[in-house]
Amino acid sequence: MTLYYSFLNYNLLNPASISWAGWFNYQYFYTDPAFFDAIWNTLALVLGVLAITVIGGIAIALLIDKPIFGQGIVRILIISPFFVMPPVAALIWKNMIMHPSYGVFADISRALGLQPVDWFAQYPLTSIIIIVAWQWLPFATLILLTALQSLDGEQMEAAEMDGAGAVSRFIHLTLPHMARAITVVVLIQTIFLLGIYAEILVTTNGGPGNASTNLTYLIYRAARLNFDIGGAAAGGIIAVILANIVAFFLMRAVGKNLD
Amino acid sequence: MARAVNTRTKVGYTVAAWIVALVIFFPILYTIITSLKTEQEAISGFNLIPSFTLSSFEAVQTQNNYWKPFTNSVILAVGSTILALIVAIPAAWAMAFSPTKNTKNILMWMLSTKMMPAVAVLVPIYLIFLRTGLMDTRIGLTVMLMLINLPIVVWMLYTYFREIPGEILEAARMDGAGLRDEILYVLTPMAIPGIASTMLLNVILAWNEAFWTIQLTTTNAAPLSAFIASFSSPQGLFWAKLSAASVMAIAPILIMGWFSQKQLVRGLTFGAVK
Repeated sequence: MTLYYSFLNYNLLNPASISWAGWFNYQYFYTDPAFFDAIWNTLALVLGVLAITVIGGIAIALLIDKPIFGQGIVRILIISPFFVMPPVAALIWKNMIMHPSYGVFADISRALGLQPVDWFAQYPLTSIIIIVAWQWLPFATLILLTALQSLDGEQMEAAEMDGAGAVSRFIHLTLPHMARAITVVVLIQTIFLLGIYAEILVTTNGGPGNASTNLTYLIYRAARLNFDIGGAAAGGIIAVILANIVAFFLMRAVGKNLD
Repeated sequence: MARAVNTRTKVGYTVAAWIVALVIFFPILYTIITSLKTEQEAISGFNLIPSFTLSSFEAVQTQNNYWKPFTNSVILAVGSTILALIVAIPAAWAMAFSPTKNTKNILMWMLSTKMMPAVAVLVPIYLIFLRTGLMDTRIGLTVMLMLINLPIVVWMLYTYFREIPGEILEAARMDGAGLRDEILYVLTPMAIPGIASTMLLNVILAWNEAFWTIQLTTTNAAPLSAFIASFSSPQGLFWAKLSAASVMAIAPILIMGWFSQKQLVRGLTFGAVK
């Protein structure tokens, strides 16, 4: 159905005039300057969040895997952000942490004698990356920790006996062991991150300008604010193609595990 | 780990881990603290000690008609989960206990729908809802939420059911159990833990769903996720009240989430990591 609509000239404000548009909607999307901004923002968002969550996730997983006091509670605290629904997470960060006059960041910079930063006006995309990374860091940590805990302790000891240092043990034993989990984290997060929507809606509304509009948000805007059904459908097809590229690899990873 | 760890290292790791944990948890903690402040305190700079007033919670419940979106959230989360289980249990059961050579492909196909970005079907779904009058109705949204989570539910149930060994069924049959007894006394008790954790995960996912709930509702059927999103412009609700509303929206799921860590890994990675 999306495919069918994507070839129509169909605007909900003017429902009487539906006509065949051919490739016009795609062309229109393609020539829209917002489109490339959106693609770029989508990629920046996905890659930025992935970098933070995977590296942070490995670091935190290694840390809580060590024998520590109160491990259960630490785990609970760390995974909590994952259960916060996206609009709430966005609002908390927008109003309580990053607000230029009342936020915690502003309080900290004032305490250091600096000018508070208006995060969403000056660094809209970075702010959203931080929020989303906060939400997904627990997920990465949890899965990497699960993988880490299945690591054979005896192997580690053997390596230690043979004189391998902490760093080379990490590179040659831990990382290869976690490779599969890391792949899964990257692929699954990519699929979810391509569809980030509520965080943008609540915090920046895609602005200023198109500075924080991703593909999902652009399509939403076309369909719901401009009532351009054909254009939105064309955007949807583009989003599907992007996601399918990722999904293809994920399916192979999952498929291998089925046997 | 059998290795001896000296106490000083352990303390060091403990301190580091707690700092990281507290930094990550801080936004939630601060929201909880703010929800216990008065409005005056909430905007008067950084302060970790609230006056422990519950007035914000009261205000949210009376002024902003909090219970309606809350009820909607409960109905949507529970309703869609029950619907999904009704459809998924027979499906997963059939695939787990009498697999054919296409079972794997069917499962893969189901999962692949989950990998399509939701926004891609926004246009058709939106138009269908508009034309059939399902817009802003609980029934429409319940069915929608059930559909988007169905692949994960089928998948999780399938992996749980597959772990039930077939020999047990044979043994039961030897002892003269009919199909009815088999299902009632052998399979059901063994399947219940799997079904329960699937349910838990699905309730969490449905509760936190924000894309479709915002798209397909306005006021009548709006659950908490859409309700909270409508406060993106700060008018009307102030910080302490906003925090109180947020705390009430996330508390039930936070607590459920703490109990379902393991199932979460399994459900969200489609079983690729155990």
